Amino acid sequence: MDTTQGTPAMMDDTLTLPRSADGAQRIDCRNIKVFYGQAQAIHDVSMSFPDRAVTALIGPSGCGKSTFLRCLNRMNDTIENCRVEGEILMDGENINDEDVDPVLLRSRVGMVFQKPNPFPKSIYDNIAYGPRIHGLANGREDLDAIVEKSLRRAGLWEEVKDRLTAPGTSLSGGQQQRLCIARAIAVQPEVILMDEPCSALDPIATARIEELIDDLRSRYCIVIVTHSMQQAARVSQRTAFFHLGNLVELGDTNQIFTNPREKRTEDYITGRFG
Amino acid sequence: MSDHIVSAYSEELERLSADIMKMGGIAETMIVDSTRALSANDLELAREVVLRDLLLDVIESDAERQIVSLIARRQPMGHDLRMILSAMKISSELERIGDLAKNIAKRAQRLDDNVNDEMRNAIVRMSKPVSRQLNNVLNAYASASPEKAKLVWESDDDIDNHYNSVFREMLTYLVEDPRRITAGAHMLFMAKNLERIGDHCTNIAEFVYYQVVGDYLSELERPKQDQV
Repeated sequence: MDTTQGTPAMMDDTLTLPRSADGAQRIDCRNIKVFYGQAQAIHDVSMSFPDRAVTALIGPSGCGKSTFLRCLNRMNDTIENCRVEGEILMDGENINDEDVDPVLLRSRVGMVFQKPNPFPKSIYDNIAYGPRIHGLANGREDLDAIVEKSLRRAGLWEEVKDRLTAPGTSLSGGQQQRLCIARAIAVQPEVILMDEPCSALDPIATARIEELIDDLRSRYCIVIVTHSMQQAARVSQRTAFFHLGNLVELGDTNQIFTNPREKRTEDYITGRFG
Repeated sequence: MSDHIVSAYSEELERLSADIMKMGGIAETMIVDSTRALSANDLELAREVVLRDLLLDVIESDAERQIVSLIARRQPMGHDLRMILSAMKISSELERIGDLAKNIAKRAQRLDDNVNDEMRNAIVRMSKPVSRQLNNVLNAYASASPEKAKLVWESDDDIDNHYNSVFREMLTYLVEDPRRITAGAHMLFMAKNLERIGDHCTNIAEFVYYQVVGDYLSELERPKQDQV
């Protein structure tokens, strides 16, 4: 595969992009290459993710967007044969260093998957599990408070407060997905990764999740992989277009969807991909 | 630009663009024929131009329906989005141009015998660069050329100058013979209508530029010196 073709069109985004007060980039990826055995899935991708903003990763199936997302909390470690090269810096520390505990990393970088995957436990325990194992709560009262706060933040509290002991799996698909988001929030992450979080949901449940994403943006760095360009346009401030393992274009979401710089981006977003 | 995966989408965009060109063609002949009716005192032609405006209105509202449907069903992005938004704006500019040409034709029917040939010629002369502007901007649209669009946008000054000189010329005819005042007032409006058509052409040029380039022509950079 040709690795030289993917010179990404980086726009000067210093003026247009929302930043945290200190303008910090929460995650800084440098020259990321991912291999599955001999096959290279990601070609030398460098990009960073700002705090308090939603970055959407879009591109056709197999373009590497999910693979790239999974690098950010070392989910690719769980895949045999998968090798990640390059640096991923959080607070100046390379998350791929040997002394970084992946479990601890994943509490800082939470993840929400395509299919809601609540634990086979009660609603309460789904949320309480993380804070318990990470020792974030001092006693029952404290834990109750964390559960309530997380469910409130995920916009689910009013719907489940009277049945916290019911199994998480008894909720509707959209509620289960919000439960998973609440579960991710409960361990006080800095980053939330979402891998097509709405593709199994109906439009109403999707709208609820999107409203939630917009709400969470004020606190977290959010990275979302989505097949729906309209969703990327609706929820993100920055959009990155991947194709054949290359980062083709990264820019302000408005610019990407109204006036992309790269022909491949234009062809993809207007539905001209051959 | 290559075709969409969904071929019906490409066909819908082509139809919209063809309708804009059709409107442009009608508006163009309305300007030419309204001034021809004026110069030859051809009242029948003038009446026919007035009727032609109805056709323009019908195509415009049809284009608007197409646009609403495209936005609702296709959720256009990138160049498609800009093309559709520009079509919406350009169709209403063309509709306005039709109204102004119709107004010239209406006034041509109301002129009395006090009008002399010089007065008629002054309007006809001014209509030439205006028609040319419209023709050029439609070419810019058809060929998706930002350069041609920018050229039209920069040439509006000529029409403004033309208008100012017709205005002064008309005043001298009125001063010479006050019986010409009623017809002269109509003709001053005709000149103003032509000047407005020129303005609509520059608006269209801005939309063509936006559609193709994705950026806006800045009003600050435009040469301008009109006094009226």
